[in-house]
Amino acid sequence: MNWRRAAWASLAAAPVVTLLAWGMTRDPNEIHSPLPGREAPAFALRVFAPGEPPLARTVGDTLTLGRMRGKIVVLNFWASWCLECRVEHRDLSTVARQMTDKPVQFIGVLYNDVASAGLDWIQGMSGQAYPGVLDPGARTAIDYGLYGVPETFVIDGKGRVAYKHTGAIPAELLTLKIDSLLAAGSAASAPTGPVVP
Amino acid sequence: MTSRVLGVVLGAAVLALVPTPRLTAQGANLPPVIQPRNAADSLLESRTTELARELRCPVCQGLSIQDSPSELSQQMRALVKEQIVSGKSDEDVLAYFVSKYGEWILLAPKARGFNLVAYLLPPLLLVAGAVGVWMLVKSWTRQPQVVSASSGAEAPPED
Repeated sequence: MNWRRAAWASLAAAPVVTLLAWGMTRDPNEIHSPLPGREAPAFALRVFAPGEPPLARTVGDTLTLGRMRGKIVVLNFWASWCLECRVEHRDLSTVARQMTDKPVQFIGVLYNDVASAGLDWIQGMSGQAYPGVLDPGARTAIDYGLYGVPETFVIDGKGRVAYKHTGAIPAELLTLKIDSLLAAGSAASAPTGPVVP
Repeated sequence: MTSRVLGVVLGAAVLALVPTPRLTAQGANLPPVIQPRNAADSLLESRTTELARELRCPVCQGLSIQDSPSELSQQMRALVKEQIVSGKSDEDVLAYFVSKYGEWILLAPKARGFNLVAYLLPPLLLVAGAVGVWMLVKSWTRQPQVVSASSGAEAPPED
């Protein structure tokens, strides 16, 4: 009968079914970032929220990645309208306070939001340990391939993107990433090269 | 009388010195200084639109940054325009966004490697479907002959 025909039909359908099955294993909302392992895009962002001592920065100062060479930089993109940002905020401040004696710089980048809303939000969340900066036109966000908030980038002492996290980052994971970079000597052994604005 | 003639001559001389707008061949009355700038603006807009149509909006579902009203798309579109103004080629602009977001940012993936599946599979399936339909139709049109032949064989002989 048609065993032969059925075999041919199955053979023809197999690649299509395999392709569809493979597609089902992938999350279409997750965008693979090409940045980890590459040099982090430079930025120069103005402080609007000072943070708390000893991590405080003066409002109006400009923070540049080039001047942080040798430090591990945690760049967290957030917004006052972002619900998930509330989940991670306390964890970020806690880890930042725990790392004050280490070469680690935390920066909160306000994404598509206004400074007054950001300040109100920080006050409502009982403060923020590290400084907050503005990103006019979302230029830095686009430079980092951002597609939503919150997103967190961990940059090593040599200025390379070591890790990117999409969504609220748990304190344990962030601590693990920073500690592993510190243990690998990323921050300590990094050359303190020329300051790039 | 002489003064009137003199006045007319002077008036004509003044009128001759006043620059008058020229009509172009199309009948348009366009100042020569503004015309090239408008042309450049329209070229810039057209290039921006073309490139923005090729780039995916990161916060939408299947929309280009040209079609999306989202704030991020508008900011990306402004960046496209800025890069064109700074002298970057279309390839440079697309390469910038690919370097930030990966090839995902391109609405039409590049026809190479695994991406070829997206280009080759639809026509292959179309051809396979057409062959299948042709074979099916062929078998349908063949069946009545077999039936008539067998019915003819079973039919009693005519006397």
